Amino acid sequence: SHVLRWIVKGSLALPIPISLYLYILCYTISLQQRGTSAANMSQKEVNGSSHRGKVLTLETMNQNVRQVEYAVRGPMVLRAVQIEEELKKGVKKPFTEVIKANVGDAHAMGQKPITFIRQVLALCAYPALLEDDKFPEDAKLRARRILDGCGGQSIGAYSASQGIECIRKDVASYIEKRDGGIPSNHENIYLSTGASDAIVTMLKLLICGEGRTRTGVMISIPQYPLYSAALTELQGVQINYYLDEDKCWGLDVGELRRSLTAAREHCNPRALCIINPGNPTGQVQSRQCIEDVIRFAKEEGLLLMADEVYQDNVYAEGCVFHSFKKVLFEMGPEFSSVVELVSFHSTSKCYMGECGFRGGYMEVVNLDPEVKAQLTKLVSVRLCSPVSGQALMDVVVNPPQPGEPSYATFTKERAAVLADLAEKAKLTEESFNNVPGFHCNPVQGAMYTFPRITIPQKAIDQAKAAGQAPDQMYCMKLLETTGICLVPGSGFGQREGTFHFRMTILPPKEKLKYVLEKIAEFNAQFLQDYS
Amino acid sequence: MKKPYNEVIDVSRDNPHATGMKPMSFVRQVIASCIYPELIDSDKMPLDVRKRAKTLLECIGGSVGCYSDTIGIPIMRDSVSDFLTRRDEGVPSASGKIFITHGSDHGFGLLLTMLVRGDRSPLVGVLTPVPSQDFGNATLVASGATAVPYYLDGQQGWRLHTEELQRALRSAREVCDPIALYVINPGDPTGHVQSRESMEEIIRFVYEEKLLLFANEDHQDILIGEGCMFISYKKVLAEMGSPFSDAVELASIHSASKGFMGEGGLHGGYLELVNFDPSVQIEFDRLISLLVLPIIGQLALEVMLNPLQPGEPSYEHYQEEIQHIRETLVHNVTRAFEVLDSLPGISCEPINGGASMFPRLHLPHTAIHQAKEEQLPDFFYCSRLLEQTGLCVCPGSDLGLPEGTYHIRLCIMTSVDTMEEVLRRLGKFHKQFMKDFS
Repeated sequence: SHVLRWIVKGSLALPIPISLYLYILCYTISLQQRGTSAANMSQKEVNGSSHRGKVLTLETMNQNVRQVEYAVRGPMVLRAVQIEEELKKGVKKPFTEVIKANVGDAHAMGQKPITFIRQVLALCAYPALLEDDKFPEDAKLRARRILDGCGGQSIGAYSASQGIECIRKDVASYIEKRDGGIPSNHENIYLSTGASDAIVTMLKLLICGEGRTRTGVMISIPQYPLYSAALTELQGVQINYYLDEDKCWGLDVGELRRSLTAAREHCNPRALCIINPGNPTGQVQSRQCIEDVIRFAKEEGLLLMADEVYQDNVYAEGCVFHSFKKVLFEMGPEFSSVVELVSFHSTSKCYMGECGFRGGYMEVVNLDPEVKAQLTKLVSVRLCSPVSGQALMDVVVNPPQPGEPSYATFTKERAAVLADLAEKAKLTEESFNNVPGFHCNPVQGAMYTFPRITIPQKAIDQAKAAGQAPDQMYCMKLLETTGICLVPGSGFGQREGTFHFRMTILPPKEKLKYVLEKIAEFNAQFLQDYS
Repeated sequence: MKKPYNEVIDVSRDNPHATGMKPMSFVRQVIASCIYPELIDSDKMPLDVRKRAKTLLECIGGSVGCYSDTIGIPIMRDSVSDFLTRRDEGVPSASGKIFITHGSDHGFGLLLTMLVRGDRSPLVGVLTPVPSQDFGNATLVASGATAVPYYLDGQQGWRLHTEELQRALRSAREVCDPIALYVINPGDPTGHVQSRESMEEIIRFVYEEKLLLFANEDHQDILIGEGCMFISYKKVLAEMGSPFSDAVELASIHSASKGFMGEGGLHGGYLELVNFDPSVQIEFDRLISLLVLPIIGQLALEVMLNPLQPGEPSYEHYQEEIQHIRETLVHNVTRAFEVLDSLPGISCEPINGGASMFPRLHLPHTAIHQAKEEQLPDFFYCSRLLEQTGLCVCPGSDLGLPEGTYHIRLCIMTSVDTMEEVLRRLGKFHKQFMKDFS
């Protein structure tokens, strides 16, 4: 209650509800056609009473909601769903199914869950199974540990808002191990509803000021549209820095500096966001690059937000994931005791692909203790993240060890998932680079490809006349012709005059081959039609 | 560190599993089978569990790891819609107006988002009941809406009086633009269950004053009071006919967090919109479509709303479990009143529903005086209670009650043994407290 009074007194002047923006994920849309179910409704109920105005109208409602561009959501996915309905109704089309290569949903594309993970979670959901000898001892051990951390031994009890303590401790141990022994304190770990929730929380903490002093946040272009949407909602200033397509989407400090200098004219830049491995671009930043970014952040007094949800998804030869925290500490106390860093991770990607569980965490490093106290308060006045997601995160950071019964199977399954993705990454890159007019950077990591495509002037003109981004028109035609749903590059940001699309590499290999063929065919036809 | 107790018992909030209530077996069996589908093929699980899990898995794309359809998987919304039509005896419900949420708090937050106008003056106001957890809670405060208190009648079982609503509205109009009335029925922490007449008065009131009506009906599943019945606002509204049934914009909120499910940690809930402007509803769709909801919560919700039928293998056991929970609650209330009646300086209105008790403390002047040096009297009482007995309850001042009356709130959704221990600690402390400050 005292916490609430603090907040009421305006120590955190938050203009927009916390609970909503925790869960922004811009591209997961399958907006079902809203059936009118006319049989169930009177016409009046459908339209509302005609002689009396509504209390809540487009004019009286929150205008911010109306203004936010939910970049990846939109006509593409709506149309994809419509087409699915049409196919169900027997409408003839040149294809028999819609292939949703737009969203990073591994399981929906056929990726198998990891057995061990599901065993532990089933045990947590229904603890009577702990008596079942079909479940291995190492799974039971972990389930018991998790349940001991839950109120009443149930994942249905609310947990402490920052997340179950023993799980946060396990996360801290995992980070230490991953980063070669650099210490991690569980008090700096916040379990969240996917990484998106934590990212939005940090943005809320950062954004303040008015006019020229309004907080600016640097984000990479192309970017994962959660950041732009959140910044619009929170009325933060978006500061774009461009990744270099010709250098495999590398990051150049000169570009960071250019972007920052320009931004200082009109806002107060306070944070730099970086996604590594990248989404949609798939690059895995080199160690040198990470050091450069850290140095830059120190020089310019920026808080670093490192989105590392794809940290296990690294495929290319010679590429290695370096956590920002590890690099920071290896740069010595001059940096490691100063640079404010927040790192994010999630259970939705990597080899797990468990999007539905909503597990995630952030680790905060070098935050001002009073600010951290505010963050903890902010988090503590709302409900905890879903406990099943917290449990899942515990399994992810506490996998079977050599000698344990499930070790062999677990390792095999994990390796198979990652090898499969690596193979598909290579296949995709090669295929696309054989398509005239396409230029596809290697998919070094993550789970997407973001090729640059060529759109003839005639098509560009037609699109512009129709008020559409040219790559959107391209993707829409692709969808209508082939049933393949992608996301136009305009949704992620790109250099003026260039066009891209984002496709996931998640479909099973045979289907992926089919998709790659069809896109090539379509592209050839498209170039011809608009030559 | 030595203390006169071994463990803290926290009944300050409604968290049934943490205080000894057990999850429903069928629900957890279905969820476990969805998580680990090998269980569907084995004969370890009853047939109805396996069938349900199989059906649900097919609807969610084959794995609980998929992103769910962001307005709740269609089958979930259909389940909600069917449930509501059955519950409200034929008053139609359309799945197009149902939105799956993380729970009631989240649903309330979404509605607030739709209302607020940022810094545009005047701020919107929401008439909010006192005492309630929502008054002053972060969702409301952070949303930018103004919470306008209306006071429930602590002498008459915490009922709502329309006169009080009118007073609140008048005073609200001086400082903000009141746009919605928020009602909690069954009441929490008050335990009050509204009569149909009272609900009709509310509906008339919002109609005349042009307010939205938000009804939090989270505790609808278990009523304790003799002869008490839950009727939904939607049903009452429909049965009032025109002009009300066509005009009043109602949002009803419910979840799997309370009642016999108690699955707060799983995050499954829904809200239903009635009579909202269709273009506003499209915006609401857009807002919700940003959300990625945990599938497990939706599974729990689906089972709650689509319960077993007589004849199915798990039906009897399921009913027994619900019955047991009901009986536990009734027992806890009875015992609690027995204990309170034996104590001086503490009284409580009847509890007809909800999951809390909200006794009033008649504190001696000395205590009030001493407390005021540092803090609010009921907070003073509660912190001493915690320090001395390890029992954690919630002070009434946290729920918006003004100076002058003092209350504590304790959750009664606990195991029988836990309640005994709670009452033992409370009774012992209270007697001593009253003596020390007499």
